[in-house]
Amino acid sequence: MKKFLITLIIILIPVKSFSLIEVDITRGNLNPLPIAVSPLSIDEESRKNFENILKKKNIGSEISSIVENNLKVSGLFNPLNKDAFLQEPDIANLKPRFEDWNLIKAQALITGKVSYVEEKLRVEFRLWDVLAGKEMMALAFTTVPNNWRRVGHIITDKVYERLTGEKGYFDTRIIYVAEEGPKTQRVKKLAIMDQDGANNKFLTLGNELVLTPRFNPTSQLVTYLSYFRNLPRVYLLDIETGTQEVVGDFPGMTFAPRFSPDGKKIIMSFAKDGNSEIYTMDLENRIVEKITNHPSIDTSPSYSPDGKFISFNSDRSGYQQIYVMKSDGSNVKRISFGKGIYGTPVWSPRGDLIAFTKLHKGKFYIGVMRTDGSGERLLTENFYQEAPSWSPNGRVLIFYRETKTDSKGKGFSAKLWSIDLTGYNERQVPTPTDGSDPSWSSLLSN
Amino acid sequence: MKLSKILKNGFLIVVACLALSACATSKKTTGQMQGDVYTGTDTVEYLASGVPDRVFFATNESVLTTASRETLRKQAAWLRKNSKITIVLEGHADERGTREYNLALGERRANAAKDYLMTYGISSDRISVLSYGKERPVDSGSNPLAWSKNRRSVTVKAN
Repeated sequence: MKKFLITLIIILIPVKSFSLIEVDITRGNLNPLPIAVSPLSIDEESRKNFENILKKKNIGSEISSIVENNLKVSGLFNPLNKDAFLQEPDIANLKPRFEDWNLIKAQALITGKVSYVEEKLRVEFRLWDVLAGKEMMALAFTTVPNNWRRVGHIITDKVYERLTGEKGYFDTRIIYVAEEGPKTQRVKKLAIMDQDGANNKFLTLGNELVLTPRFNPTSQLVTYLSYFRNLPRVYLLDIETGTQEVVGDFPGMTFAPRFSPDGKKIIMSFAKDGNSEIYTMDLENRIVEKITNHPSIDTSPSYSPDGKFISFNSDRSGYQQIYVMKSDGSNVKRISFGKGIYGTPVWSPRGDLIAFTKLHKGKFYIGVMRTDGSGERLLTENFYQEAPSWSPNGRVLIFYRETKTDSKGKGFSAKLWSIDLTGYNERQVPTPTDGSDPSWSSLLSN
Repeated sequence: MKLSKILKNGFLIVVACLALSACATSKKTTGQMQGDVYTGTDTVEYLASGVPDRVFFATNESVLTTASRETLRKQAAWLRKNSKITIVLEGHADERGTREYNLALGERRANAAKDYLMTYGISSDRISVLSYGKERPVDSGSNPLAWSKNRRSVTVKAN
């Protein structure tokens, strides 16, 4: 993914002894941490250069806004109003007057500087613990100017990681299905965007129905279902080159694809004669293996992050329930036993939880359970919602939600939503059109 | 590619919508369903005179009802008479299920129709199966009657 790679040069080693600030991400957003994001300072010559190249009046402020928005949307931070800031950005970056920042109740402060160096964008930033009066982190990046949004996301990731102790999820993208048109004849296109909704791009034209795109965790490949020539098949798409190919040579519908955690296999369902079974195909040697063998519907497979297990849903008990088996198909065990129908199990990147969709008494839920089925926790209830996908750090789920139409069949919409694992911070994720079937990428950097 | 087909489907849906809006006020929900299987004729097209093009299913089911078997026997008789015609069985589900499961369910429903046609002498060479899952409802309503119309297998002439 050369185009998206960023030259990361860390020139200042973080000085960390101990810190008073700590953000607990396990409890929800009842007390978001007050943080001041001082606009990145910029000298006049650099400012003019970037204005020419990027058509942005002040790229320093633009990057800060990205950081600020990310922090706010995470639900864990409360970025303070800039009008209240007393110190100029350039001076603050040298040495903050902590009393001033304390006065506006900031507990953490981000300062920084942008400069134009040999046609590149150089950004340095610092994270300060206001109460302790200490620098917690100082880093610098150099990259091509067009990567300026990503710099904002990477800064957020670093700050998030320093303050929560866990990797961030901001320098990531979402692939999803963009939808338009009446409910009976939806036009669907693959689309990709940054995690914050910026840089939206359509990857297909909408000539054929496309569904369920999923990222390869290790590369720029995407797998999805396309109805090209009215033959529903699993495809591979290289999002950098636009190259597409059918996966395998199956005499019937293949669907519900996902990658293995090492990115080397695709796991999917193949439907034939009214029976759907789970298969894998090795992308290097093209060897196809049949994993399940049961005259029921077996679909929505998802690997555990260590690749040793597969969760899937099956109606072998009469209704859709979630099962776990070893990756060779042995040792099949049902794990969902609550009331209702369970589908779309997706293994958390941390390995400890499985997210799912549940239908019970006419309501759809997104929930999580441990991998043995215990500890079921429902995060959100709605008329219709499904298909959760994990943020790469396993702290946030993105899914889609459809509205109930009125008595005349009007008012249909499909939107992307996200929610924290805590059940807090439910938000609509902005998309230019309607959207469904979101899949979250891995972190693009590091 | 298959523009004619797409246009035709579009046309069918337009017709279906017109039919729906015309009768929406006059018919009661319960009168058009037995259990939760649709028994009305609002959305039904005809392959030939007296040969309905579709059969309906109960929620989560792919079992053919008595009425469905009767429809399929009529289709089989028509196919035997018109031995050059090939068909696509398009299987559909309602919106009250996950997308992937519904794709499998649509496939299972269309295959139930296919199996029945085969027992009445129609060669599998003449039948292909295509599942749309919940992607192509005929009724955009979010109510039990609309869902019952959408749980269907539709026999479409392929040539």
